[in-house]
Amino acid sequence: MLNCHDATRLMSEAQERQLSLMERMSLKFHMSMCSGCKNFKDQMSTLRSMSRSYMKGKDEQAGKK
Amino acid sequence: MTSTANQTDSDGHNSDLLSDEVFLEDIRKQMVRFATMQLSDVNQAEDAVQEALIGALKNAKSFNGRAALKTWIFAILKNKIADVLRQKQRTVNISSLQSNDNEDEDLSELFDRKGFWKVDERPIIWGNPEASMREGQFWTVFEACLEHLPPKQARVFMMREFIELDANEICATLELSTSNLHVLLHRSRLRLRECVENNWYLEGEKHAELS
Repeated sequence: MLNCHDATRLMSEAQERQLSLMERMSLKFHMSMCSGCKNFKDQMSTLRSMSRSYMKGKDEQAGKK
Repeated sequence: MTSTANQTDSDGHNSDLLSDEVFLEDIRKQMVRFATMQLSDVNQAEDAVQEALIGALKNAKSFNGRAALKTWIFAILKNKIADVLRQKQRTVNISSLQSNDNEDEDLSELFDRKGFWKVDERPIIWGNPEASMREGQFWTVFEACLEHLPPKQARVFMMREFIELDANEICATLELSTSNLHVLLHRSRLRLRECVENNWYLEGEKHAELS
């Protein structure tokens, strides 16, 4: 069974490559019991959209207010 | 400042933006900081920014509005940086990038010996990230967290998420193995999310009330 270290590693790698079916299933299983890792998963995509917004510039961010 | 920013002539041209010194200086500073973090060399960073700005001046007329112009200037800068990084590959001592040296120990701060989250390190729910991103103060925290990453981690994270290079390109440019890259990115994300969480989301309520 995955521990949190390995689960977060897989979730990070999922940002670069497609995970195998096996990997996805073990992750799913782990996350059904681990709220910390579930939150980590959401944060991976949030970090990505933050990075994109950051590159688009703070001026634009402020402008949207 | 805003009055100049919003002035576009009837054709939607905004070459006046490029004579807006405040805008230019502001964007130049951001570019230099970004390029310096990527290249870890101020002179190379200044050169890349200079070239990107010259390139931008040539075609600026076709951009309507400062956000579009800025996105485009940074796109040029990204390409310049990618070029410089490719050249560096031949000249720089890459072995420094491959060693994991001081970057091993930090994970024991996060996980117990069995590899599970320590109780006070467990990620929490980030309430409404979109609202955070609209706050100027959030970006100060985000930037500070980036600057606190170990240099190698910061570099690969930015190559991946800011310059949007794919894993193969990063590995080729830095002569990293794929698994090495995965390790660096994993660590950078663990650290970055922890820093953002501690300094923004756990600072919590006061921001929530603002939005």
